[in-house]
Amino acid sequence: MKHGKWPLIVTFLVPPVLLYVFFVVSPYLQAFQISTTDWLGYSADANPVGLANFKTLWHDDYVWNALKNNAILLGLVPVLTIVLGLFFATMLAMGGRKGSAGVTGVRGGALYRTVYFFPQVLSVVIIALLWKEVYHPNQGLLTSAVHAVGLPAPTWLGDPATAFWCVLAVMVWSNVGFYVVLFGAAMSAVPKEIYEAVLLDGASRFTTLRRVTLPLLWDTVQVAWVYLAIFALDGFILVQLMTNGGPNFSTDVIGVRMYDTAFGSETKFGYASAIGVVMFFLTLSVAVLSLRVGRRERIEYS
Amino acid sequence: MTTLDQPTAIVPTPVTSGDRPVRRELGVANALSHGFLLFWGLLTVLPLLWMFVSSFKTNGEILADPWGLPGALHLDNWARAWTGAHIGRYFLNSLVVVTGSVSLTMLMGATAAYVFARYEFRGRQVVYYLFVGGLMFPVFLALVPLFFVVRNAGLFNTWLGLILVYAAYSLPFTVFFLTAFFRTLPTSVAEAALVDGCGHFRLFFRVMLPMARPGLISVALFNFLSHWNQFLLPQVLLQGDESKWMLAQGLFALSVSQGYAGDYARLFAGLSIAVLPVLAVYVAFQRQVQAGLTAGQLK
Repeated sequence: MKHGKWPLIVTFLVPPVLLYVFFVVSPYLQAFQISTTDWLGYSADANPVGLANFKTLWHDDYVWNALKNNAILLGLVPVLTIVLGLFFATMLAMGGRKGSAGVTGVRGGALYRTVYFFPQVLSVVIIALLWKEVYHPNQGLLTSAVHAVGLPAPTWLGDPATAFWCVLAVMVWSNVGFYVVLFGAAMSAVPKEIYEAVLLDGASRFTTLRRVTLPLLWDTVQVAWVYLAIFALDGFILVQLMTNGGPNFSTDVIGVRMYDTAFGSETKFGYASAIGVVMFFLTLSVAVLSLRVGRRERIEYS
Repeated sequence: MTTLDQPTAIVPTPVTSGDRPVRRELGVANALSHGFLLFWGLLTVLPLLWMFVSSFKTNGEILADPWGLPGALHLDNWARAWTGAHIGRYFLNSLVVVTGSVSLTMLMGATAAYVFARYEFRGRQVVYYLFVGGLMFPVFLALVPLFFVVRNAGLFNTWLGLILVYAAYSLPFTVFFLTAFFRTLPTSVAEAALVDGCGHFRLFFRVMLPMARPGLISVALFNFLSHWNQFLLPQVLLQGDESKWMLAQGLFALSVSQGYAGDYARLFAGLSIAVLPVLAVYVAFQRQVQAGLTAGQLK
């Protein structure tokens, strides 16, 4: 293996490393530096201002409002998505009709899985634009459905009281299918005998889910949690395209704040980078925290 | 249903007094589960189906009866979206950029991953973690400086710029996934080839790459979908010349202009044009797509 090894290592490794360092590593490093300047973008020069941007941020009500929304998303989106994902995955894996202690999947399970996964392969742009039409106050799918039942429909995205929940619903809608597939894969790794034994002992479906499935799936659930938490802290594209943070900042999230600050009417690049740095540390702490809190003993089947 | 139930009757199951409630519970659970599953299935499909159906209706029909079927198939909506709203052009633009970026990603990702998986050298761990560390960071943080990095390199508003950036940001996952994959390939084959006088380069292209094909396909599909669906990067790095836009930008513009023009049918047709190929790829490669995406999230 010795001879001729170095030419290959150099030609195979140098181009990707250069590309990666130039477009990924260097911007990340620069972001931290820019966040300590008062840079206003295109022409004006940047003066170091230390932590002044972070001080402004601390007193910025718009940022706090956006953070509050992110916090609600963080509290609700992972819980709802995981609960629904586990529920449907369980239904698919053990909802089938069979003898007393048999554990079978539901008929047509593969079809359900295929369909549920649809939103995951669609671009967020399409999901956002489509749901914007579904929520359309005049000819939207949802509006006319509510009218058909004879109820007055709210203006959905146009009303500060409902807009946020409409966006939240789309976030859950677009994610559930993926976690059904993920949990389903994890469940199929659990030996069937475990379930059959538990069911034979007379445990109810709910008890089985709570005492057997969930503990066995804990690793997967935890990973799902981390990713949904990161998703909930972002939420940028969906919000920007569906409501652009409105009406009256009711759906604003920290990502939209940052994008507006950097590329909106004013180009406050220094301040935007400071928001980015805060987002970075928030994301990191949420990830570390959920991994810490969720740590349990790993179960292995043998 | 009944035909499927029969085999269980043949199997001698231990029938106890506790059997009956269990059986009833199973029946209820079965009906319930089908109900819930069907409900979510409809919830998933209905908006998409509505989009397709509406793309064949007239604007009048859409306004008057959102749930109704089209009186006739108005294919002119699709034509209006494809040529009038330039969705066709954006579609081809996206195709060019994604073809370039996925090829570049796969080439660079596979070569780097191969080196990490198969060769020992000083600093290997450091470089590897430099790559994989990129999985951790939100793209957001890099957005502002990336804009200037690309502009200063003279790549702002160019497809080449997008291709390079897409590839660079896909490297962490691609390298991570493929390194693990190359490690699983048998060493004996590689050793035999080297003993037979095969060079290191030939070994890679003639032996290792073909063996790694299943992994490469999963990652390529994953990258295809994420590049095709990219919105944030083009929006920041491709701001000027409309004729160069990506599909996502074009759809967004169409949605905005629809607000003034009231041409809903055209918007639905545009969305359908964007959805169809992705759904086709997904249905054709379901297994690989699901494997790639779930591995992508699990890292």
